[in-house]
Amino acid sequence: MTRATPRAADSSKPKLSCRNLWKVFGTGADEFMRQHRGDASSADLAQAKLIGAVRRASLDVHEGEIFIVMGLSGSGKSTLVRCLSRLIEPTYGDVVFDGRDLLKASEAELIEIRRHKMGMVFQHFALLPHLTVIENVAFPLAVQGVDKAKRLKRAREMIDLVSLSGRENHYPRELSGGQQQRVGIARSLAVAPEIWFLDEPFSALDPLIRREMQAELMRLQEVLKKTIIFITHDFDEAIRLADRIAIMKDGEIIQIGTPEELVTHPATDYVAEFTRDVNRAKVLSAQSLMRPSGAARHGGTVAAVAKVASFAPEIVASDLPFAVIDAAGRTVGEISPKAVIDLLAGRDQADLRA
Amino acid sequence: MSEAVLSDTRHTLPTAHPAGRIALTLGLIVAAFGLAYLIPGGADYPAHLVIPFADWISAFMNWVKSSFTWLTRSLVAVVNVPLQIAFALLAKSYKLAVGEWSIMLPRLSWVGICAAVALLGHALGGFRLALLAGLGFLYIALFRQWDSAMLTLALIVVCVPICVVTGLLVGIWGYLSPRAKQLVIMPALDLMQTIPTFAYLIPVLLLFGTNPVSALLATGLFATPPMVRATILGLEKVPSEIKDFADMAGCTRRQKMWRVLVPAAKPSLMLGVNQVIMLSLNMVIISSMIGAGGLGQDVLLALRALKVGPAMEAGLCIVVLAIVLDRLSQAAAVQRYEEQREAKNSFLARHPNLALALAAIVITTLISIAIPAFASVPKAITLTTGPMWKDAVDWINLHFFDAIEAVRVTFLVYILNPLRAFFESLPWLGVVLTLAYAGYRLGTWRLAIVVALLASFCAVTGLWVQTMATLYLCGAASFIAAALGIPIGMLAARHDRVEKVVTPVIDTLQTIPMFCFIIPAVMLFRIGDFTALIATVAFAIVPAIRYTNHGLRQVPQELNEAGIVSGCTRRQLFWRVQLPVAIPEILLGINQTILLALSMIIICAMIGTRDLGQEVFKALSKADTGKGLVAGLAIAFIGIIADRLITAWVARRKRKMGIA
Ligand SMILES: Nc1ncnc2c1ncn2[C@@H]1O[C@H](COP(=O)(O)OP(=O)(O)O)[C@@H](O)[C@H]1O
Ligand SMILES: [Mg+2]
Repeated sequence: MTRATPRAADSSKPKLSCRNLWKVFGTGADEFMRQHRGDASSADLAQAKLIGAVRRASLDVHEGEIFIVMGLSGSGKSTLVRCLSRLIEPTYGDVVFDGRDLLKASEAELIEIRRHKMGMVFQHFALLPHLTVIENVAFPLAVQGVDKAKRLKRAREMIDLVSLSGRENHYPRELSGGQQQRVGIARSLAVAPEIWFLDEPFSALDPLIRREMQAELMRLQEVLKKTIIFITHDFDEAIRLADRIAIMKDGEIIQIGTPEELVTHPATDYVAEFTRDVNRAKVLSAQSLMRPSGAARHGGTVAAVAKVASFAPEIVASDLPFAVIDAAGRTVGEISPKAVIDLLAGRDQADLRA
Repeated sequence: MSEAVLSDTRHTLPTAHPAGRIALTLGLIVAAFGLAYLIPGGADYPAHLVIPFADWISAFMNWVKSSFTWLTRSLVAVVNVPLQIAFALLAKSYKLAVGEWSIMLPRLSWVGICAAVALLGHALGGFRLALLAGLGFLYIALFRQWDSAMLTLALIVVCVPICVVTGLLVGIWGYLSPRAKQLVIMPALDLMQTIPTFAYLIPVLLLFGTNPVSALLATGLFATPPMVRATILGLEKVPSEIKDFADMAGCTRRQKMWRVLVPAAKPSLMLGVNQVIMLSLNMVIISSMIGAGGLGQDVLLALRALKVGPAMEAGLCIVVLAIVLDRLSQAAAVQRYEEQREAKNSFLARHPNLALALAAIVITTLISIAIPAFASVPKAITLTTGPMWKDAVDWINLHFFDAIEAVRVTFLVYILNPLRAFFESLPWLGVVLTLAYAGYRLGTWRLAIVVALLASFCAVTGLWVQTMATLYLCGAASFIAAALGIPIGMLAARHDRVEKVVTPVIDTLQTIPMFCFIIPAVMLFRIGDFTALIATVAFAIVPAIRYTNHGLRQVPQELNEAGIVSGCTRRQLFWRVQLPVAIPEILLGINQTILLALSMIIICAMIGTRDLGQEVFKALSKADTGKGLVAGLAIAFIGIIADRLITAWVARRKRKMGIA
């Protein structure tokens, strides 16, 4: 399930990005941010009796990547994603979607963008109780005025896609939580959005169902290749799904990176705390364990980007180090069985963090 | 937020010692009354200082009446159209004439209506509801009340949709504009729901005259507020994720409201509709005083002539109608969405009950042209209970007159009359200051000022004695209702068996229109304060029972377990754990009891109480808008004062227990 290669992140211009984004709750927040010119300390906010739900957030999300926003409850994830989709009005900063300033879009333009380019999945599903499954899925098309036969056909395809065929005429309350969220997913995909927001979509589900839904999401993404902004408070989930992760704390983004970068180079103790119990073999790749090549003989070769877990059994069984090769087939270093055993035994942490 | 913080520190300052606090309170109250007697005019409000609000309002209303005749006339004309159609369908035959040619369109056959109502019951709630609804209407037919009942029903059928649509639109406005909600809608609703029913009748009567349209408008004014509240509450309660979803789906504002929010709020809205229906029925009955006709008028005429039998018969039919309408609309509120496993295309397949009901009505109505038994209920199959009720009352009078009379007189002489004398002698300034102090202790300065202003209104309008008379009767009735209701609620909370018996009884009591409580009370105790007291207690006891039971039952299980683990006996558990936790809820019940008692006491002006209600009643018979509205406002203010003080008290207790 771990992804073999992080997608090329910086090749094109970002699909969605924000710069110095703030959302401050409380009376006089706009005035306050204007006075402070988009930079206020926690003390300033506290003194003005304001809540800084999102503070100086900057990020870029690229075409086709799964970008995860991770943080504990109350850290501002939902607020951030609602600012990015302009469900709530940011207090300060810029949001750029597809190269245009989202905050300047008029109400009508915003409606158009949402109708055709954005989809969102909600933690508590947000299904309409008075509509059947198929009517729910077809709803975003219905408000666009797509004719009935066409939208029902599309809805049926989406229901197929999430494996809910046969439940079209059920009402949401007749379905289990996992099934309801499948409906939520199908509904958000009905308009073929370019960017897909998922706000803790699996947090309300049982652990087993959650696993299943994560696998389902990965399967869908293989096919659909959407640009995804996925929110979670579960670091394991983040690791499993992410191309890149942004970690939030008290409204601020404290680090953005691939899972491997977070594990190998945590920016703060707070991030390190999260990464401590992660199964490293599944996160780290050969290149982060390798040393310069020195041995005369190698027991085998591994790709630099291969996760340790993928070759651990062979190397542990071998006496010799394995050669690490890059995409062009050149040897760039070697990796010893001992390094892998240490990693599996959890003896490496001090080294790696140093 | 800051208010809460302020009040908390303030409460801890002078209350170091409970005994000291009580002494301080008593001292201040004594000082307030002393002051009232010392200051000239502090005890009895001087007559020459009375502010003539009543005259001002009357002058204003007369100006409105004379300047806007065109408006009132056209309004009557517009509303009259659906009303006449409803009358024609349900109650009277209608003569359709085109030139020479004319035809009597028959009203709908009673057989068909009974069948249709049963089918409606079936559609909404299955076989049992079908039986209840069908039998209920059959009862009305067989006990000779069909014609009156259909007049009443016609008014309701026209009134309810108007109220629902108006309430929905105003509610949506309030939801969309928090400022409008806070500054206009909520205060207006508070006032409208505490102004006594009678007081609505007066301006309507003045502007529109005595006729069914007036009754309809008064009913609409009275029955719309709960729909507004239900709409605002329902829309606000829609989960924020659903609101976000509507935006993300690219809904326009209108689509968001009508395709997402309103349908998602439907359960709350339907509860609002249920309340509108019940209040409409209640008010349509009372509106018989300004020409509504129907069952209410039958009761009114019978009561005026002290004819026990007819009053009881018509009253029971009102109760039956109320129960049927209540159960039907409640079933509609909780109605589950039917699964539609396969698409059904024909109208018949989709709405079998509706199709059948329409067919039943059409066919029986066609038959009724030929066979009179289908047109109106044939005398031969009807029953009357009138003589039976009369005999029963005669029998009771024969055997128990002395006993009943002894109870009544004892109560009057030893309790009610002295109490009344005491209340009426209270100096207005002393009462106002004491209430203000209570407002300050329980809430904030603002509450104290509001309470003082509202209470002063009753004095400066020259209605102090009547206000105190109202307070005395309302207080006595509320006290008795609480003293009976709370223990019943406690029993119900402790024993499931008791709850099973009590719940249907209070559900039914709650369904019965106010007017109907008076009938049996008058039969037994004739007219006067004691009768009013009995009717009021019976009407106002429901919330005391319901909230006590509910409050005790919702004590968290963990708390009970904590109590048991600490070794509480059952009794200790009840008195030391459950009751203290349930007190806020019980207080809210008492609050409701007081408000209900107040509204009932006012209706009891019909049976000779002498208080603010009587002022309204007199004003109604003279169509004196100013006097009526001022007295009505005074009554409303009593209700609002009680409500605000108790709500503040509850909030304070909850804050103390940390469950705010
Ligand atoms: N409408 C609001 N008004 C005031 N504070 C808010 C509002 N919405 C969110 N907050 C505050 O902003 C912070 C972040 O909330 P949220 O974005 O929902 O966190 P998360 O989704 O990470 O759990 C919280 O402290 C929350 O209390
Ligand atoms: Mg959240």
